[in-house]
Amino acid sequence: MPLLEIKNLHVEIDGKKILNGLDLVVNKGEVHAIMGPNGSGKSTLAYVLAGKADYEVTQGEVLFEGEDVLAMDPDARAAKGVFLAFQYPIEIPGVATMTFLRTALNAQRKKRGEAELTTPEFMKRVREAAGKLSISLEMLRRAVNVGFSGGEKKRNEILQMALLEPRLAVLDETDSGLDIDALKIVAEGVNRLRSPERATIVITHYQRLLDYIVPDIVHVLSKGRIVKTGGKELALELEASGYAQFQEAPVAAE
Amino acid sequence: MAELTLMKNAAEQQLAAEWQAAKTRLPGPAPLRAAAFENFAKSGLPHRRIEEWKYTDLRALMREAKPLAALPDAATFAALKDADAGLGDLDARRIVIADGYLEPGWTNLNESDPGITIVELLAWLGDADLFRLNDIPEAARKDIAVSLNTAFMTGGVAIHVRKDACIERPLHLAHVFSGKTAAAVYPRSVVIVEPGARLMLIESHEGPVGIDYQVNTALQIFAGEGAHVDHIKVTREGDKALHISSLMADVGAHARFNTFGYTTGGGVVRNQLFLRFGGEGTVANIRGATLLKGRQHADTTLVVDHAAPGCQSREVFKSVLDDESRGIFQGKIIVQPGAQKTDAKMASHALMLSDEAEADNKPELEIFADDVQCGHGATAGDLDEDLLFYLRARGIPAAQAEALLIQAFVGEAIEGIEHAGLREALMEAVAAWLEARG
Repeated sequence: MPLLEIKNLHVEIDGKKILNGLDLVVNKGEVHAIMGPNGSGKSTLAYVLAGKADYEVTQGEVLFEGEDVLAMDPDARAAKGVFLAFQYPIEIPGVATMTFLRTALNAQRKKRGEAELTTPEFMKRVREAAGKLSISLEMLRRAVNVGFSGGEKKRNEILQMALLEPRLAVLDETDSGLDIDALKIVAEGVNRLRSPERATIVITHYQRLLDYIVPDIVHVLSKGRIVKTGGKELALELEASGYAQFQEAPVAAE
Repeated sequence: MAELTLMKNAAEQQLAAEWQAAKTRLPGPAPLRAAAFENFAKSGLPHRRIEEWKYTDLRALMREAKPLAALPDAATFAALKDADAGLGDLDARRIVIADGYLEPGWTNLNESDPGITIVELLAWLGDADLFRLNDIPEAARKDIAVSLNTAFMTGGVAIHVRKDACIERPLHLAHVFSGKTAAAVYPRSVVIVEPGARLMLIESHEGPVGIDYQVNTALQIFAGEGAHVDHIKVTREGDKALHISSLMADVGAHARFNTFGYTTGGGVVRNQLFLRFGGEGTVANIRGATLLKGRQHADTTLVVDHAAPGCQSREVFKSVLDDESRGIFQGKIIVQPGAQKTDAKMASHALMLSDEAEADNKPELEIFADDVQCGHGATAGDLDEDLLFYLRARGIPAAQAEALLIQAFVGEAIEGIEHAGLREALMEAVAAWLEARG
């Protein structure tokens, strides 16, 4: 059984069609890259997988290990192992990052019937994961993302991913706004989580990130559908030729 | 009895009758009481056409005036002395004021504490100290609720902290309504903190559910030059109670004055704060958090009078409004002529958890000096959907995510409290309120 199976997915927001019959199959152990021009529906796909309320699914289905994801609340999806690294991580004034991480981790564990982590256990994990991402403990005492630089926010997303150990990680333009050093740190964080039991979807506009997170499969998304699928060399082709050729592609049933 | 002809509703008539019956037996300053009652008799209970009471129409909300509560017996005082203060692990000296009375004969004079004396208010008041009761800000003197307290006050404490004394252990005035049937209580206390002295004073107010008792409480604080006073009021009255409180503070030069009001209980609550900065260089933090549900109504009305130059005040009030509750904030900052370099910033924020809740915000600035920095901001809104989604996308269930955001919202006001133990106790109280909300 595939880890994720998206069949003929149609999605609208405020009556505007964004996804128009998207199909995607992601197996355990795979890293997929989804590339495409602005407005092609990349972020919509990410939000729909995570369960954001504003998006209306008008047709199609999304199965995670055979289960209907679209019927689940966002927190239930997270507990199943779906993780979205936000393109624009949100600032939460008044909630310390440490509290947030611990609450999230323990909520997921509780939902899965696992014991909550004790404070020392939790602290050990946070220290380890934060250290690898060059995140200081001082930063973790601050409110979630408040006063963080763009790079710090992205690293904080990866820290959450490292602690929550999702089955399926969806990275939405995690490379945007990162300098090359930060990009390497983030990519290493993603690569550490690669395993035969997990899968990753890397959504990106540029090929640059894929130098560091090497995908197994690359898809081109245009006007809400996947219009081309290939190996990692497809990303390089796109870098050379651009997206123009795909934007002209006719879209059926529109 | 000419004034009786002006009395319109049942409550006003009952108050007048109560006054006739009680005026000769109430102890203490008879002329002061009489003048205060006269002030009430002239205008009756405040109603919505009185600007300061616009959102809390007492004439409509107070259908009847309950009889004056009697002095509780010794067993009641004994039981209340050791009751749990509901303030976590906070170590404070607890003084019970039951139904508006301090336990007869209670004082700390026998402890020969060099820094602080605590005595019964009306017993303490000699002719030389009487002026203190009337030494209140102008806006408070005119206020009808304050007048009624002065007319009917049954007792309380007079606290005197000597010059440069630092009272380490917080003092907790625990006001409790112990009656089995509805009654009216009128506690009054006076706190004098001499120059350079330090005191942390907690007042709490609680009572049983299901009884429509009435509380009209008043507290006067005189903070001398360079004094440091922290005042915390915790209002957890029973669900049917009507609670009116008036804090009147006169703060001297270079003092630090912090007050925090935490309100979760009571059917109708009116918290009045009349603060006056009479000397230069005072720094004041005036904050509050109110959490309401059901049909609760809570009104915070604040008058901050910058009467001297170079004082700084920060006002931060947060309210969380669920169900059909109503939260009101009226904040007035006055900068008197000559109070140059005043720095005053006021913010009030309401978080609406229900479509039926109502928030009323009325900030006012009256500035008569030209070299000042004053500002105010007011917001009302519901929980941010994007924040909720972010938390839920990390696996935090909806109710828990909401609770986390509400705690963060209220926490912004609470984190300003310097005393760590009290800060934690209040955050725990917020968590308990959220838990009860379900």
